[in-house]
Amino acid sequence: MRSVSFEYARPATVDEAVALLAEHGDDAKILAGGQSLVPLLNFRMAQPSHVVDIAALTSLAYIRPTAEGLEIGALTSQRAVELSTDVERRCPLLHEAIAHVGHRQTRNRGTIGGSLVHADPAAELPAVSLALGAELRVRGPDGERVIAASDFFKGYLATAMGANELLLSVQLPSWPQGTGHCFVEFCRRQGDFAIVGAAALVSLAADGTVANVGLALNGVAGRPFDGTPVVSAALLGKVPGDAVIAQAAASIEAAVEPDSDVHAPADYRRHLAKVMTARALAGAAGRARSGEGGL
Amino acid sequence: MASTHRITLTVNGTSYTRDVPPRRLLSEFIREDLGLTGTHVGCEHGVCGTCTIEVEGATARACLMFAVQADGTSITTVEGLACGDGLHPIQEAFHQEHGLQCGFCTPGMLLSVKEFLSETRNPTADEVRHAIAGNLCRCTGYQSIVKAVLKADELWER
Repeated sequence: MRSVSFEYARPATVDEAVALLAEHGDDAKILAGGQSLVPLLNFRMAQPSHVVDIAALTSLAYIRPTAEGLEIGALTSQRAVELSTDVERRCPLLHEAIAHVGHRQTRNRGTIGGSLVHADPAAELPAVSLALGAELRVRGPDGERVIAASDFFKGYLATAMGANELLLSVQLPSWPQGTGHCFVEFCRRQGDFAIVGAAALVSLAADGTVANVGLALNGVAGRPFDGTPVVSAALLGKVPGDAVIAQAAASIEAAVEPDSDVHAPADYRRHLAKVMTARALAGAAGRARSGEGGL
Repeated sequence: MASTHRITLTVNGTSYTRDVPPRRLLSEFIREDLGLTGTHVGCEHGVCGTCTIEVEGATARACLMFAVQADGTSITTVEGLACGDGLHPIQEAFHQEHGLQCGFCTPGMLLSVKEFLSETRNPTADEVRHAIAGNLCRCTGYQSIVKAVLKADELWER
């Protein structure tokens, strides 16, 4: 298998990269770690005339604690995220999920930005960003703008970014003290794309009731599924015991509309959505109660 | 036709300068331009792991990189694992424990195991299975490969 021929550029600055995107638009693809793009090229699912390699934009590789939480530069490798104690402390949901992204060999090169902009609906990081309420900072010819994760993922491999925009960073808000997190997924073999996964955050008030919840699922739709509005009614203000969580999980099962594919029929995915939701919520609530892994 | 790019990189301690078209995969470059056919090519989309090499000391799928991206880097392939004519202790352990049958997955297995064992002492069998999860074997079965990795942990003084 071989990609179509393309022109290759390796800009030295963000400005140069953005100028190249402005010049070539839809005909250009951004290459970072290449762990999602190169398979698309090898299969000729993508046939760009220009590839813009942003590997030299090392100013986009950083993990930076902020007043609101954590900012991670788009070019930061998944392996660096996996090893970061800042991520482990300030964003434990991401820390837990990142080990499920591909394999060690792909995490060494794959970037956090690449996984987000590739927007594979089965991928972990888009769901995690959605559950957290992350914001994505992008740069185009007219300057920067910030897109909420809830507005970012539009459909299968499609985002709200224009062809002339470059992802600069993702901003991950810290959740308050008393929050527990949990990421779970079901896949046939470790490192495979999940059939279904769930990322959950549960914040408990002093009386043990749910003060806030974040939930997103991967593998149940053409884009990561925002479960927060679905489960909020069942959870907010309630003590998250088994029955309450089962009710929330049932509401997810009723809300998702997965497609059948070669990996799993729709009914099975819907069932898994319920099971993964229940496990993720129970895991997050348990950690919130015990204070373990909370923020 | 896209233009070519001149790249210089070090593979197994030897410096090479070549002109490559941008779409030349690093796996193709290593095998066909450099003649180092120890790096195998299976799925060509990053799943099977047999093309695993070391780039700047970290494992990577050679089929998921273009040669032009490797300009200026230092690479180790399976040919660079042992010094001289002897076997690397990991290779010796695979030999002793029959950690291969057809050998197709072996080069990638060896590089992945090298990275794993360079960071881990006395691993459990479960840790070994996780470490080789990104490398598919379709004939020997994993039992003897896991034994070989555990043996390599004993043999390799590091």
